Amino acid sequence: MKQLTLPLSKEQILSLRAGDCVELSGVVFTARDCAHRRFMELLEEGKPLPFDPHGAFIYFAGPCPAPAGKACGSCGPTTSARMNSFAPTMLKAGLSGFIGKGEMNGATQEALKTYGGVYFAAIGGAGAFYGNAIKKMELVAFPDLLSEAVYRLEIEAFPLVVAHDAHGGTVY
Amino acid sequence: MRTIDTQEISDAVYRMATRAGLNLTESCRTALTCAANGETGAAKFALDTILQNAEIAKRERMPICQDTGMAVVLLELGQDVHLSGMPLAEAVNDGVRRAYRDGCFRKSICDPLTRENTGDNTPAHLHVEIISGEEVNLTFLPKGFGSENMSRLFMLTPAEGKEGIVNAVVETVKAAGSRPCPPVYVGVGVGGCFDSCAFLAKMALTREVGTSNPRADIAELERETLERINALGIGPQGFHGRTTALGVSIEAAPTHIAGLPVAVNIQCHCIRCEKETL
Repeated sequence: MKQLTLPLSKEQILSLRAGDCVELSGVVFTARDCAHRRFMELLEEGKPLPFDPHGAFIYFAGPCPAPAGKACGSCGPTTSARMNSFAPTMLKAGLSGFIGKGEMNGATQEALKTYGGVYFAAIGGAGAFYGNAIKKMELVAFPDLLSEAVYRLEIEAFPLVVAHDAHGGTVY
Repeated sequence: MRTIDTQEISDAVYRMATRAGLNLTESCRTALTCAANGETGAAKFALDTILQNAEIAKRERMPICQDTGMAVVLLELGQDVHLSGMPLAEAVNDGVRRAYRDGCFRKSICDPLTRENTGDNTPAHLHVEIISGEEVNLTFLPKGFGSENMSRLFMLTPAEGKEGIVNAVVETVKAAGSRPCPPVYVGVGVGGCFDSCAFLAKMALTREVGTSNPRADIAELERETLERINALGIGPQGFHGRTTALGVSIEAAPTHIAGLPVAVNIQCHCIRCEKETL
């Protein structure tokens, strides 16, 4: 299995092929439906996003509260298809890709190809596994969204599958 | 006549919600282990991760899935029981509120329009049925919405018959594809009316995976549907393979001569369901 550490270089992203199983470590940002709607408003108004999107990865996830002694609670992926309408704009803004679960649509796959991004599928339902592999968690923006707020996560050896690669390949 | 303080019901809901958030049902674990042995590649990788996840959840006391769900509570109330104390719905919600707070479970319930979170995962969806006797049977099903979103209701015509039922279910699972966290458990309601049919489908999900409907013709329909679903090849997490569904559970009820309602309620592989009798 490939071990990868974020940020990924363009060459590393291009070397990934749909169906590859990887373990990913480094920094990612969480965002779900509501946070993405706010990202779109910020971009439309020409305002900066709450984190530097260049080379960043968004994890479509909303964690459970952290129990005592843990950095984060249970934190598996949510259904990525709900973010299809935002994904191309985020890639255009500089993002290198996403982590979520399930297939994303043709427009997103096309945008991954155009901008040289990659979409990793996390294993849906494995919330305790992923939560336990999060070593640090910090609130970045939108605290009113509670579990749907934007968090900066330091992840360690997340088991993922390359779902849509930068060449138009798909595991589905 | 037996008197039960609703505090006891609240405490039972608390215990069931806590257990459900942290544990797969035993039958689900068995079905997943069996499925993992039949898969290869990314599909096998997914199922192995899911099984490891169940162990981590138990060991670390972390919710098995971060979507700790909308609380669905079925309460069968013996007609010779007198309830005392706080109002029943309040007692159930209080049990949910405490369990989700103490268990570090995610609070996922919000206003449908403003999307403002209620902050404590209430209200629960409480369904009460009156039965004979002096007992109270409780079932707690935390329902995640990745799979709930893929559910459908069909108002078929009687002419469409059994074939129409199977087609409707298979079509729903196919359209859902990789999104509802396959391998799924498929709850199907057949008959009743628009709303009771949907509820039958939900109740079908409270039956242990691997069991069959006691009616032979319905059990046969379950087998046929499961076979057709697994022939779709969607596989665990949509990574292709043999296991798209762990089971199909059908519950039926009499319907109108003019109709054939069919409801398909999808449950992800994370089957969590707890029961208690007071």
